[in-house]
Amino acid sequence: MSRGVGVSLQDVWIKFGDFVAVREANVDIQGGAFFSFLGPSGCGKTTILRSVSGFLDPSQGKIIIGGNDMAGIGPNKRPTALIFQNLALFPLMKVWENIAFSLEVKGVGTAARRKRADELLDMIALTGQGDKLPSELSGGQKQRVAIARALCAEPDVLLLDEPLSALDLKLRQHMRTELREIQQRVGITFIYITHDQSEALTMSDHVAVMKAGVIDQISDGQTIYDDPSTPFVASFVGENNVFRGKVKSIDGDKALISTNRSGDLLSRIPLSAKGTLGVGDDAMMFIRPEALSIAKDDAAANNHVTALVLNEEFEGQTFNVFLEGDGGKEMKMSLVNQGKARESAKGSSLTLEYAPDQAIVLPAGELASE
Amino acid sequence: MKSQNLVLKIFLGLYLAIFFSYLLGPLIIMGVTAFNSPGFPRAAPWECLTFEWFEVLSNDKRIMTGLKNSLIVGSGTVILSVVLGLAGALMLTQIYPKLRATFYTIVIAPILIPGVVLGISTLVFWDRLNIMLGLSGDSFLHNGIFLTILGQSTFIASYCMLVFLARLQRFDMGLTEAALDLGATNVQAFRKVLVPFLMPAIASAAVLAFLASFENYNTTTFTFGKYPTLTIELAQKVRYGINPSISALAFTIVVLTIFAAVTHEVTQRRKQLALASGATVSAIRGDGFLLPGFLRSNPAAIVLLVLSVGAVATVGFASTYSPDSCKVVVREQKRALQQKQIEKIKQQRLQQQRDKATKGPDIFGADKSKVAPQSGFATKSPGVGAFGNVFAPTNLDKTQPKPESKTESPGKGAFGNVFAPTNLNETGPKKP
Repeated sequence: MSRGVGVSLQDVWIKFGDFVAVREANVDIQGGAFFSFLGPSGCGKTTILRSVSGFLDPSQGKIIIGGNDMAGIGPNKRPTALIFQNLALFPLMKVWENIAFSLEVKGVGTAARRKRADELLDMIALTGQGDKLPSELSGGQKQRVAIARALCAEPDVLLLDEPLSALDLKLRQHMRTELREIQQRVGITFIYITHDQSEALTMSDHVAVMKAGVIDQISDGQTIYDDPSTPFVASFVGENNVFRGKVKSIDGDKALISTNRSGDLLSRIPLSAKGTLGVGDDAMMFIRPEALSIAKDDAAANNHVTALVLNEEFEGQTFNVFLEGDGGKEMKMSLVNQGKARESAKGSSLTLEYAPDQAIVLPAGELASE
Repeated sequence: MKSQNLVLKIFLGLYLAIFFSYLLGPLIIMGVTAFNSPGFPRAAPWECLTFEWFEVLSNDKRIMTGLKNSLIVGSGTVILSVVLGLAGALMLTQIYPKLRATFYTIVIAPILIPGVVLGISTLVFWDRLNIMLGLSGDSFLHNGIFLTILGQSTFIASYCMLVFLARLQRFDMGLTEAALDLGATNVQAFRKVLVPFLMPAIASAAVLAFLASFENYNTTTFTFGKYPTLTIELAQKVRYGINPSISALAFTIVVLTIFAAVTHEVTQRRKQLALASGATVSAIRGDGFLLPGFLRSNPAAIVLLVLSVGAVATVGFASTYSPDSCKVVVREQKRALQQKQIEKIKQQRLQQQRDKATKGPDIFGADKSKVAPQSGFATKSPGVGAFGNVFAPTNLDKTQPKPESKTESPGKGAFGNVFAPTNLNETGPKKP
């Protein structure tokens, strides 16, 4: 029952004076998809959302919703509904009036509005709360009212601007699944803005990772995590151990990297970097903390790293081990908690190993700042 | 420590007493004069409780016309100033940041310009315009009410703008965007989202505008034309001599103000109480006033009821009470007093002549020294003296016959005539 319409941004530039907020954005979002823009704050993702909803016009390029160019069409004429970061519920209207506001401005009668609002209240599990004021609701309830209000306008595209950022962790996790369910039920296109990578990865069909106005990578969550296309994406999405160095040799999809401090290490070349890396190039190698494990033997190998355990941290399902490699190189390793009493290795020197398939090498570039 | 606190408390109490008597003293004195019978507004000596000044006031055509004009001008100013002020405040939030400071200075300037200048410039400007358009002297552009509303609004609109600005600073512009996003037109977003939010500010701006217009004199004095407002009338009255009907007017205004303030305060407090006791906001916002048992549940309504009953009772008392008898008493007292003084002076002269005849020019004569201070005191207080005449010379005179009016007065004068001079007279009311 997918009735969502596609959204595409074609060569969109958005400038404020001399400042370029969005640079050459090309995005194709399929109808009925859950699409996320992920990036640190100030990277221009909200700007993109505002231009899609019609609050600002791109300086250059086209925004096409459902095949129609949106240039010159105001926010109240676009088939989009935006859920604001602070929700922007009307404080002086009752909950049901808030939800049915889009009908009120169309001139729908009170009884019909009330009926529709009650239906939506049922959907968001707030039956009978319609006569309260927004200020009398909890954070999660307000969140759901905002969603219901946006859905009441029957948009083709729902835009969400970090709507979960104000909620506590438990509620956020709950709302994540709820949002995903709602999206699947109503079948419209969701465009979701977040700086929280786990939100983006868990909910989205596709994620666009942005850095300073530029979209670095658009892909599904798994690809973003496993095959990041730039050092920024690799370091921003999830945690990563970075090894700088030069490409020593290339053999098919494997490359041997001569790292600055940790010796020669073998790594996989992801699809995006194929052909762009040559022998002698500056490169960055990434190994996820969970890809590291304690080696079975201490023999030197091109997938072994030696390091000193500085600190250990218990985090529930994992142990985080902080290590110091040769030349003061900081590393992190995550070990799955197997429930056995583990002896502390603090202060001892370990040899770590990894599967070369799980390490990737990319041309050197900018990392996400910590 | 404790004694220090006590001293501090005493000083604080003293300070507060001085502060409040400074603030409220004149109002109280003026309120008293509205009920005192002398023809010139004064609180002491107290003569008779009277409501006649209210009647005089209501029969004063000029004051009443002035009041009517003030109300018309006030309403016009409220409408114009609130609209202009709101427009200015909205403009300030929308304008380019670079222009904001300049725009702010321009719209705030009328507050800083003396009202006299505004009045003159309004008059001159519209007069010139009138002449340019070739209209007659009694055209619309020369109408006093029109000019006064415009003249007052020039600066009152700025006050209103400040009120709106304060409220708008707390407005989340995202709400307007949300409304637009949900399909509302700009007008709908303004009407359904912004105006309800601004409602408290609109109310306070309207009250402020009305009060500022009502009490304005220096701008109005140039623009009123054929329509003098209340302040203009009062100022003119002062020139021709005043009577306590002005006090009666002031008293009425003070009472209305207090009543409005108390009503407002009481409703606010009731809301807060209800909120504190856990009622939902929507229940309070709703039709709380129509609840049948609302008298039982809130003391505020009872206070209001008592106040209104009190008002009705006062009016009722005023319509039945007649100060005439009291006035007669006072008049008789005055006449008696004058009579006595005349007699005293006569006696004095007689005495002087006799003294001259017997002792020659001896001014330190025993008889004379006894009489002189008395007569001096008496001539200085020809009216009814302060302190209910206890110190009047007649009180010391035991041979003075009782005033004839005694039988008319019991219980009818102020305070049941306890302070009437006859009470101190030994030959006065019989002791049981």
